[in-house]
This record gives sequence, structure tokens and C-alpha cells, in this order.
Amino acid sequence: MEKSFFARNPSVLIFIGCLALFTIGVTAMSEAMGTDVISTSFLKTLGKTLCLCLVAIAMDLIWGFAGILSLGHMAFFGLGGYMVGMWLMYARTEMIVVASMANAEIPPTAQEVVDAIGTQIFGVVGSSDFPVIWAFADSLFQQLLLVVAVPGLLALVFGWLAFRSRVTGVYLSILTQAMTLALALYLFQNDSGLRGNNGLSGLQNLPGADAIPQAQISLWFFWASAFALGLGYLLAAWVVSGKFGSVIRGIRDDEARVRFLGYSVEGYKLFVFTLTAVIAAIAGALYYPQAGIINPAEIAPIASIYLAVWVAIGGRGRLYGAVIGAAFVSLLSTWFTGGQAPSIPLGFYTINWVDWWQVLLGISFVLVTLFAPKGIGGLVDHLTGRVSPERYGADLGPDSGSLQEQEAEK
Amino acid sequence: MKLRMTSALVGALAFATSAMAADDTIKVGVLHSLSGTMAISETTLKDTMLMLIEEQNAKGGILGKQLEAVVVDPASDWPLFAEKARELLTVEDVDVMFGCWTSVSRKSVLPVIEELNGLLFYPVQYEGEESSKNVFYTGAAPNQQAIPATDYYLEELGVEKFALLGTDYVYPRTTNNILESYLKSKGIAEEDIFVNYTPFGHSDWSKIVADVVALGADGKKVGVISTINGDANIGFYKELAAAGISADDIPVVAFSVGEEELSGLDTTNLVGHLAAWNYFQSAEAESNDAFIEAWKAKMGEDRVTNDPMEATYIGFNMWANAVEQAGTTDVDAVRSAMWGQEYPNLTGGTAVMGVNHHLSKPVLIGEITEDGQFDIISQTEEVPGDAWTDFLPESAVLTSDWKDLDCGMYNTETSTCVQIKSNY
Amino acid sequence: MTRLIMAALAALMLCVSMAAAQDSPIQALLQEHRVLIEESSRKTIQPAIDALRDSGFPEAQAVLEKWQAKDLWQREADKLFFFVEKVDSKNYRLLDIATGEAAGEFPKKELNQLKPNSGVRSLIGAALVQFQLMAKDPAKRIEALDAIQRDPAAEHLVALSGAIAKETDPDIRDRKERLVRLLTISFGETEEARIAAIESFKGDLGVDVRGALNPLVATSREVAVGTLPEGVNIAAVLKPGSTAFSEAEAYDLLVSKDLVLPRITAADRRAALQENITDARVGGVPVAQLNTEEARERAYQALAEAGLVRAAATQAQIAEALAAHVFFEKYAEPSAAITEAANDTLSSINTQVGFNQFIDLTLDAMSLASIYFLAAIGLAITFGVMGVINMAHGEFIMMGAYTGYVVQQVIPDYTVSIIVALPLAFAVTFAAGVAMERLVIRWLYNRPLETLLATFGISIALQQLAKNIFGTQARPLTSPAWLDGALVLNDVVSISYIRIAIFVLALIFLGVFLFIMRRTRLGLEVRAVTQNPRMAASMGINPDRINMLTFGLGSGIAGIAGVAIGLYAKVTSELGSDYIVQSFMTVVVGGVGNIWGTLLGASMIGFLQKGIEWMNPSNTLAAQTYMIIFIIIFIQFRPRGIIALKGRAAGD
Repeated sequence: MEKSFFARNPSVLIFIGCLALFTIGVTAMSEAMGTDVISTSFLKTLGKTLCLCLVAIAMDLIWGFAGILSLGHMAFFGLGGYMVGMWLMYARTEMIVVASMANAEIPPTAQEVVDAIGTQIFGVVGSSDFPVIWAFADSLFQQLLLVVAVPGLLALVFGWLAFRSRVTGVYLSILTQAMTLALALYLFQNDSGLRGNNGLSGLQNLPGADAIPQAQISLWFFWASAFALGLGYLLAAWVVSGKFGSVIRGIRDDEARVRFLGYSVEGYKLFVFTLTAVIAAIAGALYYPQAGIINPAEIAPIASIYLAVWVAIGGRGRLYGAVIGAAFVSLLSTWFTGGQAPSIPLGFYTINWVDWWQVLLGISFVLVTLFAPKGIGGLVDHLTGRVSPERYGADLGPDSGSLQEQEAEK
Repeated sequence: MKLRMTSALVGALAFATSAMAADDTIKVGVLHSLSGTMAISETTLKDTMLMLIEEQNAKGGILGKQLEAVVVDPASDWPLFAEKARELLTVEDVDVMFGCWTSVSRKSVLPVIEELNGLLFYPVQYEGEESSKNVFYTGAAPNQQAIPATDYYLEELGVEKFALLGTDYVYPRTTNNILESYLKSKGIAEEDIFVNYTPFGHSDWSKIVADVVALGADGKKVGVISTINGDANIGFYKELAAAGISADDIPVVAFSVGEEELSGLDTTNLVGHLAAWNYFQSAEAESNDAFIEAWKAKMGEDRVTNDPMEATYIGFNMWANAVEQAGTTDVDAVRSAMWGQEYPNLTGGTAVMGVNHHLSKPVLIGEITEDGQFDIISQTEEVPGDAWTDFLPESAVLTSDWKDLDCGMYNTETSTCVQIKSNY
Repeated sequence: MTRLIMAALAALMLCVSMAAAQDSPIQALLQEHRVLIEESSRKTIQPAIDALRDSGFPEAQAVLEKWQAKDLWQREADKLFFFVEKVDSKNYRLLDIATGEAAGEFPKKELNQLKPNSGVRSLIGAALVQFQLMAKDPAKRIEALDAIQRDPAAEHLVALSGAIAKETDPDIRDRKERLVRLLTISFGETEEARIAAIESFKGDLGVDVRGALNPLVATSREVAVGTLPEGVNIAAVLKPGSTAFSEAEAYDLLVSKDLVLPRITAADRRAALQENITDARVGGVPVAQLNTEEARERAYQALAEAGLVRAAATQAQIAEALAAHVFFEKYAEPSAAITEAANDTLSSINTQVGFNQFIDLTLDAMSLASIYFLAAIGLAITFGVMGVINMAHGEFIMMGAYTGYVVQQVIPDYTVSIIVALPLAFAVTFAAGVAMERLVIRWLYNRPLETLLATFGISIALQQLAKNIFGTQARPLTSPAWLDGALVLNDVVSISYIRIAIFVLALIFLGVFLFIMRRTRLGLEVRAVTQNPRMAASMGINPDRINMLTFGLGSGIAGIAGVAIGLYAKVTSELGSDYIVQSFMTVVVGGVGNIWGTLLGASMIGFLQKGIEWMNPSNTLAAQTYMIIFIIIFIQFRPRGIIALKGRAAGD
């Protein structure tokens, strides 16, 4: 216990250092600083990537450390985005409406202003009334509170129900997937009051910041994302380093034994589930103002599966693995689908990466799962010379997790 | 390990910035999804654009420069549309963009092109209620498709009871809203309008078809107005055919079903059902024959042409002429040259671009034939596209005129410009 | 030179044919109505049709029929009408409408095909009734009956009654008799005849019957000063202030009849205030303060007192206006006896309809359940029995559907191609499943969550491959003609044959599955390996081989399901992903490892979804949402599904 937190977790310092260097480097090269090496669109991509790294950390906490493969964390990510998006839309529209009504001969009543905002926001989807869920949209503070509160509460209720009835493993995965599907379908309905399939758009325009160029705003968001990622990493590292971390790892490896040792397994799981939901929501709240639009397709089940895939490719059970996975796969995917990757002419057929990238991605999941279960992060073990026992072959003992054939032969 | 990540980032960064615009070409951005759910419709438009650019280059390009297509894939992912649009405008420095299909993708792109003063040609029929300074809408507004089709129902078929079936997204929602209000103004009672929304790709239609049949129980003639989108139509028409609903008893008019969609269907049981568009492949005009021939030569004999392709064709040629006229690809100059721009459309008339950035086009109503084509039974004169519908009280007072008023959302009652930028 | 001669000849021929054509009286008649015919609008065409029908020319029927079938053409040069014969794609031979003689060949460009819309066609159909009702061809007679049904009119009643006696075909005769009764409801001469006709339809489920009866009992809301008027068929007297008829509604009714002045709305008031601004004040209130409703109300009242605007009606005035009038619902049909009979018959019909709608809904639900079951049955094997999460299951369904499509490209006969496609789809997906099991899944048996990821990778790779090979367009997979159409029990209950076929297929698979698992060596070995692979291995069973075969079997069934689903819906690369989540939920809800559980799960989901759809018919998306939420809650209470395995086999 004498050693400090950082001494026990050297990776935290290395990570924060790298992140700081990266942030400074990108800032120096950005358009807002006049150097113009990194275009604003790429800066936005980098900022969004940092948010994805943050949600990947949350995924790693819940899956890599607590062993719960949640296929619904992008739902919380999206909800966070929706909550912040509501304020952004409301505030921006309010400014437009107030400005255009200022010319009227008779000053508008408060109700008339709200009605006009409603017409502007919901006119697109053929309605004009404000649904109840927009009650707090006029206040930034309250809406920011909701960013944390709504996904947190959903995670708490859902988690409590699920863990209480001991839904585990694959069943839980499918249940979380059902949750995100239900939420997506619900939001797809116009009646849900969040503009259905159209979602909330124009989020990159901060209210009252029309004069400030996007290059500058993007940089602010980039800094905020980097800061949040650093903080998130620190928090996650702290959570998994102490006794709490040992318990949740214990739950991952053998839930029943931890329960028999007297720990409240459900309580631990619920805490991690809710905490990661909140982290995901914060990441989402930072992501969508950079993306500019949020709509229900963002929380379709496939998004959460991709999240799991990033963590798997990066290497789960280690926080930096999640970050590497998310950054690597999402940037690579941007590059390939952007049409920038050169086509490969084979003579009889030209490989067009726009068409073949998905195939490549799919096959690489399979290869990583089969041959590099530790993911990219596993390379670090190679470098540092850390070798874990070969746990292949059938179990020798009566339960899973006991010494295995090939391991025993060594 | 951080090293690896940063090197990957730097690597990606290098690619993103390396593409520098060459001065001797005019760059045309093509922003259509080539993967994901919308690829089914949008890939065709990408191919159309490539064909048009190829033809234009063969004719010597524009202003003596060759055109260069920059194709990106927003993958049916709406935020990606905004990202790709920004990339096209800032990194690739394209002079014009052709793209988008769904309304949500257009709404996603709007803030970006308005911020960076880009130029987008949008080729798909849509719900209206929008007029952006930076977008030219070459597809139909509701008054160029939905309203005339409804008139046809009321006047020619004597329909007294309406079933508005749509996929649950913004185009059907707004269109149905406009239609409901329009029908009420025509004296159709509220209880004679049945509205239903289904999710994208819906396949279980038996209950809804049965509901529609049951509507006939009060002795009024029933008509279906379908804004069902994409492949959900296949299941819908299969169920319709199985239920043996004849077009003479319950006609169905669709706004999103064209030749392309019918190619995935056996149409023998659907003969007589309707679609309303501004173009059908069966239109008789020399320019159309040439267009179809060029398309089939490029893509294969079994490919068909459709309305958004014609809209792309008109948009592209208008833009080319406007650039020639302006003598530059500068967006503001091209925009001014676009107002009043005329180009012969493929159905034999002339399309005119209005100051509200919408086209004048004829409205055609076609009956489905056995070979998956449409038999044109009604063709109107050119109708100017109306950005703000007259049939909703809030937008009846709005008008758009970028030439004289310099405003896309002008309130004629208070004589003020509500906003210069668009509603997102 | 030759060209000149040809042209001259053509011109000469034109003149000759013109002369000949114009001679015929029917051509003259058509020319007389040429403008209307060219305009071809339902609203104006009637005189032209009537003239043809009543002309008495022997050719009139043929011309009307050809016109209706879009076979009447017009020569652009002289606007004469002709029948045509196709020579080749560009040229047509004209035939005289009176004599049928050839009148030369013309390029399509110079001709104009008349395309009456379906509104006009139905009018022509109605005009043809008098010719067709007694026609020799039964198909024509049925056509005539269809036309009458679409456009019921009083004059058809007599003609139809006359035609019954001579009808030889019993089916058509029945239909004619029914149609006479139907027409009598609306157009019968005496009240007794009409009432008798109405009562004869008791319990009849036909939409046409309800279509004839409902207009009789349609009501409209009316208002009268003082007392109820005499001689009006009143359905009900309305009391303002009751739940069915609020005071606001009553007042609106008065407004709509121009009996009182309309209410002053907020917008009216605002406009009035705006008009009366003087020196930045309205009615003594400064304009800047008018940003609350109260201030506006105050200003308006001040204006009203000054007599500048109309004062709003007070509560007392409204009450007075309401008290001075009586409100009632009036039948459109004047005879009370008829409306009573109609109401009586309708209520008997409606009970029947309600019952039959329930049956129809049940059939729909069963059909949906069978589709879910079919999609999930393969999964029930791979996931339920082996515990392997195969996210690529949906893509196996898609592969099956594409196999069906490819087979149809090779074998044009739909029946044969389906018979070939089913086993072929099984073979293809069986092979794919075995390959996947050998290459990927067997290395991951002790890591179930990673199987999920690996198979997901395969799933997106396969989906993209399908796009690269078949393109993004939906591909047609057409069912054979004998599966077209629907089994119609009555106008309410019907189900398409393709759905019945899927239902039967689902039952067959249930049987096959049970047979394999319970009666074959393979099934025994599968169960043994599932329960305890080690023990099974020591009994001489090769678990590797069994796993491979089981997985292949599950995948193969998915392939066949793909053909069936493709037949009823569509074949796209996204076909599989539409079903994957639902399939998993079906298996989980039903209970893993038990085929009956899957069956129950599918039934529950199907019935539930249809039930919710029935409650909220305008929003299908809501039905899906609430169904999933229900499943989530359901699993909380039965985490192991409806039928949970017990004992050692339950696993973890």
C-alpha cells in the first residue's frame, strides 16, 4: 500500500502523457492555429475518435473487467447525445425566433415564442407542439444534468432488473441488445417527440457562436474530448486498481465463487453497469455536437456490436487496449470508406476498397478472435516480455477455469 | 504502445491532407451512399453521375477544363454525410456536389454547406418546407407529385376515402400531413382518412392490407396513397397481389416506387396500380431514347432508368450551362446563373430553375404494366416547384426568393425574412 | 426518286383511307365527340360514352371494348380513330373501326394511343353492361357484373332483374341474384322491397353489403331553432354539455350554420390589437407591455368598450344561444322503417364481422409466428442445442434466398425451380455451416462470447460479399402460380397461399427436427455430445464430427427458411439482419435447448405483435417496440425462457 497509485499503474502516466502530447501536436497543426496541416473535417474526426475511445474504455470496464458483454452501451452514448442535442437545438432556434419576432408590431408573449420554436423544430416532422420531454430544454444546466441522469437511471433500472433475476452471459448480451433495439425503435417513432428518424440536427452550430469559425469550435470540442478521455482513463484505472477491481475481475472469472465469498455480486455489477453507462453518455454528449446530427440509427444494435469489436481488436481487460482498438478501427474505417485508399488492380478484377473494406474488416475480426485473443494490446506483452500461461485444451478439473491440458504439460 | 496509436493517427492524417486539388480540372463531388441500407437506391445515381461526367468530358469538359469526379461513400450513416461533405468542400475543394437521397441526410449536410458556402444538387422528390441558399432541388416538391396525384384520385377516380400508408420517417410524415390538410380542404372528413406508418424494410403486410380492404365497408370508394419507401414495397405489393386487390377497386398510387423498385418484383398482378413522378422510362421523347440507350450501354441491357436519374441529369446539365455562362465555378456566380436556367427534360418539355431553387416540371401519372414499366395516362403542363406548401397554415404565408428577396424563408404577412439559414 | 414515289403513294393511300374512314357513321359519331375523347376525363366523358352506347350501331360494343382496353388509336394527321395491329416495334397497321379493313401501315410516332384512365374505363364498363349482361361468353357477363358493382345505378336494376331468368351458369346466376338484392337496397321501388332486401342480408359478411347499408344509416349533425322539425328521420337528439356532445362542439355547430358569430381566437385578437395601435398604445395599454395574454385581454376589452372591435361573447350569451336551439343527428335516408331495418341488419353483421376479424387476426398471428419459427429453428439447433451464438445465422438465411434467386435464373419454370432450390439451398448453407464450424467455431467452444464476435465478423463479410456479387438492388424471387392469391373464406377472413405454405413448411421442420433428434442415431449422438462431450467421446462418439453435422444441419435449415422468406418478402443482402435479433429473442424467450420452447416463443411473439398492432393500427413501429419491451420484462421473470431445462443439461 506504500506505492502510489501511479507507481502501481505506470500505464496511466504513459497514457496521459501521450494524450497530452497528441493534443498539443494536433492543436499546433490545426486550422485555428493557422498552420492548416490538419483540416477542420479531420480535426472533427479526431475529436470524435477521442469520444469513441472514451466509450470504448467504458465498454472495456464492463466487458473486459466485469465480464458482462453488454451489447447496448451505444444506447447510453446516444441518449447522452440526445440530451445535449435538445438544448443545442432549442437554444439556437430560440435565438432565431426571438430575432425574427423582434420586428413584430406587438411584442410576442412567452407562449408565442415557445410555440414558434416548436413550429421551427417540429415543422420538419409535421407537428408543432412541444412534447413533455422537452420541458427542461431551455436550461443548459438542467439538460446537462439529464445527460448523466437519464442514461444513468435507465442503466440502473435495467441493470437492477436484469442482475436481480441473475440473467448472465449470452442471455444478458441478447437482453441488452433488445434494450437498445427497443430504444432505437421507440425513437424512430415520430410520437416519441425527438423528431423520429430525422433526429436532432445542426448540432455543430453552438447557439450564439455564429461568429466563431467552425475551426475554432472544433478545436474546443477536441480539447474537451481529450480532457474527458484523460479523466475517464484515470477514473477507470482507479476503479480497477484497488480491491474493487479485484472483486469485479473475480466476478468475471467465476461469479458463483465470489458470491459464495459473501460479496454482493449484483451490487458490484450494477455499480459498474451504471458507471459505464454514465461514462458512455458523457462521451456521447461530446461526440454528437462534433458529428452535427443524432438520429435513432446511431443506437441501432449494430453500433454496440461494433463497440465490442473495437475493444476486442484493441485487447480487452486492459484500458489502453480499448483506446487503441477504438482509434485504430474507426480511423481505418474512415480511411477506407472515404475512397482514399488506392484500388488494387488485379488484372481481371479491380479491388475497390469501398466495396471490400467491410469484407476485410469482417475477416479481420475472425482472425483476431482466433489467433490474437488479446488483440493489438497483446503486442505490448510481447514487448515487455510478459507471457501468460497457455490456457488451451480441455479442462482437467470438474469445472471450467481449472488447469488445462496443455498448460499442465508445460 | 501509445507510439503505435499515434503513428496510425499520423498515417491517417497524412492521407487525409495529401489530396491536393489540381488546377486544370473542375472537381465534382458525388455524395451518395454506396453501402448500407440506402445503397440500393443511391448507387444508381452515382453511376448516373459518372456517366454524365464522362459524356461531358467527351464533349470537351466545361470552360475547357476536364471534370473530375470525387466519389465518397457516406455509407447510409447520416452524421457521416456531414463529415464527408465537409471533407469534399475543404479537403478535396470540390466546386459542386451532387448527392443525398433521404431527407435526413440532406438535413445533415445543410449546416455544413451553408457554413462553407458549398453547392449541392439534390435529385430526389422530397417533402418541401425548405429552401436553402446552397441547395438546388431538382426532385419534386409535394405540389409536383403528391397534390396532383391526389387531385387525380379526387377528380378522375372519384375516391372518397383515403388510406395514407407510409414508412415512418420525415418524407411520408410531412407529405401525409400536407395531404391530410389538403383533403380536408376538399371536403373529405377526418374519419375518411386512414393513416398508417410502418418501419423501414417492413415485411409483414397482411394485417394492414386487410385493414385497407375493410375501409370499403361504408360504401365509399377507397384509394391508397403510398409513401412506403424502398424494399418494404416488395412485401407490400406481394401481399396486395395475393389479396387479389384490383386497381379498379382499390387503386394504389405510390410516390417512391419507380422502375428500379419494380425490377425486384413480378408485376403481373399489379397491373393498373399507379405511380406519380416527373419522369417515366416509357416517356416518348428523342432525348429520353438517347439517355436510355447510353445508360443501357454503360450498365447493361436489364437496367432501367427512373425519376431521380432524370433529376440528376437535369441538375447536372443546368449546372454545366450555368458554369459556362458565369465563366467560373465560383458558387455565388453559378447560383446567379442558375436562376431562370432552362434545360430540356427527358419527357419532351423544358425544365426551368426558379428563384426558390426548385424546378418546373410536368407531373406524370403512370399505370404499372406487365413488363415492370409504367403506362403514362396523364401528363400535366410544367408545374413550378413550391418550397413552402400552401396547404399548411404555418407555411402558407412563407415564400422563397433568393434573387430579389435574398431569403429562403420569407414571411409575406409580416414582410420579414424569418431566417437566412435553413431549418435543420 | 423512289422515295418521292413512295411518299406520294403514302399520301394517296392516306387520302383514300381517310375518305373510307370518314364514311362510316360510327367514325362520324366519334369525331363529333373527339374533344371529349381526347381530353379523357371522368368528369366530362359521359356524353361521349352515352352517345356510343345509345347509337345502336353494331360496332359500338367493339369500339367501347377496344377503347376500354387501350386498343383504340388515333392518327395524328387527321385525328381519325382506328384499331391497330402491331407490325414491329416501330410500326403499326391501322384497321378501320367500322369494317376492320386494313388502312395502311404507319410509324408509331404518327399515331396516338388513347389511354383512358381507370375512372373513364369504369364508366365505359358501366356503359357496356347492357351489351355484356346477355353475352355468350361467361367472362364477359362477369365483367358486366363487376362493372355494376363498381358503379351501382338504378337503371342496372331492371336490366339485371331481366337477365336472371335467362342465365344458365348457376354461379353467375347466384351472383346476379345477390346483386339484384344489393341494388334493391338502394334503388328498390317500394319500401317493403327494400326492407326485405335489407333483411335478407342478415349475417352476410360481404364488404359490398356493408357498403350498401352504411350510407343508409349515415347521420349528420343538424340544428333547429326552438323545437325538433317534423318529417325528419332523426337518429338521436343531442344535449349540449353531455360527454358525447360538449358545449364547445354545440357552439361550433351553431357557428358553422351561421347562426351565431364565431368566437374570437387569440390570433383574431392579436390582429385586432395590431390594427388599433395609436401612439404606441392600444386601448390605453403601451404596446411594449402587450407580451402577456392578460395585458392583451385588457387592451381588447378597452377597445371593445370603445366600440372599435366586436366584444367577445360572454358565458351567459353562449348559454342563451345554446338554449335557444335544439341539436340532433339526422339520417340521410328519410324513411325510418328502412333505417331501422338497416341498423338491425348491420348490428347482426357487425357481430359476425368482429368474430371473423378475430379469426383473421389469429391467422395473421399464426402466420407471423410460423415465419419467426422458421427463421429461428436453425438457431434453435446451433444456439439452443450447441450453445454456439451464430450471428451469421441471418446471413445463412440470406444465402438460401439468393440460392433460390440464382436457381430461378437458370430454371425459368417457377415450380421446378422451387423444388430444385429448396434442397440446393440446404446443400449450400449446410456446406457453408460446416466450413464455418471447422474453420472458426470449433476453436472457440469454450469462449462463447468470442464466438459471438467472430461470427459477427463473418456476418458483415458475407453481407458485403452478397452486395458485391448481386448488387444492392432487391432481387425477385417469384413464387409459382399455384401459390399466388389467397385462401378467401369470406370478405373478412383470408390468408395468402404463400403464408399457408410457410406455415406448413414450419410444421414439417418441426416434425423433421423431432424425428432427427428422437429417432435417429445422429439425434442420439447429438444429445449425448450436448449433455457431456467427454462421456460421449468415451462411448465411441466422435464429438467433432457430431458438432460439425449439427451445425451444418442448423445452417442448412436456415437456408431453406431463406427460400421461404424470400418468396414472401424480398431478397436483399440485408434480409438476414432483419431477422437475427428477433430470432435470438424467439429462442431465448422460448427457452434454450428445447424445440417446443422455440415454438412457444415464436407463437408468443407473433400473437403479441399482432395483438398490439390490433390495438394501435396506425403505428406498426410501436407494436414492435412494445413487443421487445415486453420480452425484456418477461425475461426478468423467466430468465431461462418459457420452457427451462432442468438439471445438469441446464449448464452454467
